Amino acid sequence: MYQKCQRDAPWGDEDEGATVKYELGLSHDREAIDELETRLKAYEGRPAAVAGVGKDPVNAPMIRHWCEAMGDTNPAYSGPDAIAPPTMLQAWTMGGLSGHTGRTQTYEELLGLLDEAGYTSVVATDCEQDYLRPLRPGDEISFDSVIESVSEKKTTKLGTGYFVTTRMDIRAGPDLAGTHRFRILKYAPRRQAGRPGARKQPSRPRPVVNRDNAGFWEGVRQHRLLIQRCTGCGALRHPWLPGCNACGGLDWDTVEASGEGTVYSYVVMHHPPFPAFDPPYAVGLIELAEGVRMIGNVAGVPYDKVRIGLPVRLGFQEYDEELVLPIWRVREETV
Amino acid sequence: MNAGDELPPLELEITRTLIVAGAIASRDYQDVHHDAELARQKGSPDIFMNILTTNGLVGRYITDHFGPTAVLRRVAIRLGAPNYPGDTMVLRGTVEEVDDDTATVRVVGANSIGRHVTGTVTVTVPAGTTATVPSAGPA
Repeated sequence: MYQKCQRDAPWGDEDEGATVKYELGLSHDREAIDELETRLKAYEGRPAAVAGVGKDPVNAPMIRHWCEAMGDTNPAYSGPDAIAPPTMLQAWTMGGLSGHTGRTQTYEELLGLLDEAGYTSVVATDCEQDYLRPLRPGDEISFDSVIESVSEKKTTKLGTGYFVTTRMDIRAGPDLAGTHRFRILKYAPRRQAGRPGARKQPSRPRPVVNRDNAGFWEGVRQHRLLIQRCTGCGALRHPWLPGCNACGGLDWDTVEASGEGTVYSYVVMHHPPFPAFDPPYAVGLIELAEGVRMIGNVAGVPYDKVRIGLPVRLGFQEYDEELVLPIWRVREETV
Repeated sequence: MNAGDELPPLELEITRTLIVAGAIASRDYQDVHHDAELARQKGSPDIFMNILTTNGLVGRYITDHFGPTAVLRRVAIRLGAPNYPGDTMVLRGTVEEVDDDTATVRVVGANSIGRHVTGTVTVTVPAGTTATVPSAGPA
């Protein structure tokens, strides 16, 4: 199957329009998680809100409503010299029913990426505020916010997900009035596990095993990569075939691959997504030390770090009780 | 005020009204803070208090104790067990550190299912003013 390779995300640096030989069955789950984490990490340090403006200036009615709700009778929050309760800091930046102002496309993208990956629920977990100057009725509020960090994948009581931390500077006119660090957990609720309709990782396609290649797959099952060798002329060949394409001989035996190889060529799959695969991921054409080439996933580096000539070593990945596939891991000394 | 001082606890009934009023006063219209049916669809047994309300209650707890001249410098909180309607949360505070007229108070708010909030508040109490409630004495 040939498929046009498309750029569908702004964080890749692959050439567009490459033609890719697409093989099912050669990505794996750990790599998919690494890919997502790589993509999420790329958002650190980028803006979450730029030049946001408070929908209302600091005002006595909103202060009074807040104090009523909180049961807060502090006289500092009423009268002619009233200040706003400092803990209202974030309230002045809220979008309300009409939506956020100043929120960046970048931040929406980050949340969208997590939604797509199944982390659709959100809960606020931490709020750290420093108050630098009191806010008074009439103060006009503006704010900027940056994505400070995106955690690794975490398992919590609520479910598995990622913590996203933002840090906001809140100004009253030209003055910095306070800073507000806010952490949310974007997560896939635990209760969804095993529920009908819940996201369950589909199982990977099975290899087609026939008389001609059964020996290859039997080797893989035993974590041995077997190369066919013509007993007539000694030529090595892969994939497995009934006859030798050098001399036409029909007799063969096998040589076990040493497991050393290099990336001869590669493509990065962006589109289309298939069940059990989570693009983008790299598919390499690996040249084995013995000289034959085979297609396989390149693991151990982000998809955009795969390069021609990269030294790799054979590994075997067990996906489920039935399926083992060879994969190619970047040799550690080269990372 | 001295390190080790314990603030008198503040007991708060977590009513549906408090949760909804706090959410709306903080302009937080997330449905899980006012619509029980949608909250259940998202896996929560009921609506629950939003973080801005918790933050406001922690601030109130500190200024209730130290009085109207107290100035909040910093409030840092972490949420744990949610505040659902019908529960009771008890806020407790311990002065951890005193530097001149500024204190760091450790605050814990527990409900029937666990610790709803843990955090620290830094508060300046100008000299010459005293707490409205006498401290419980050295710990």
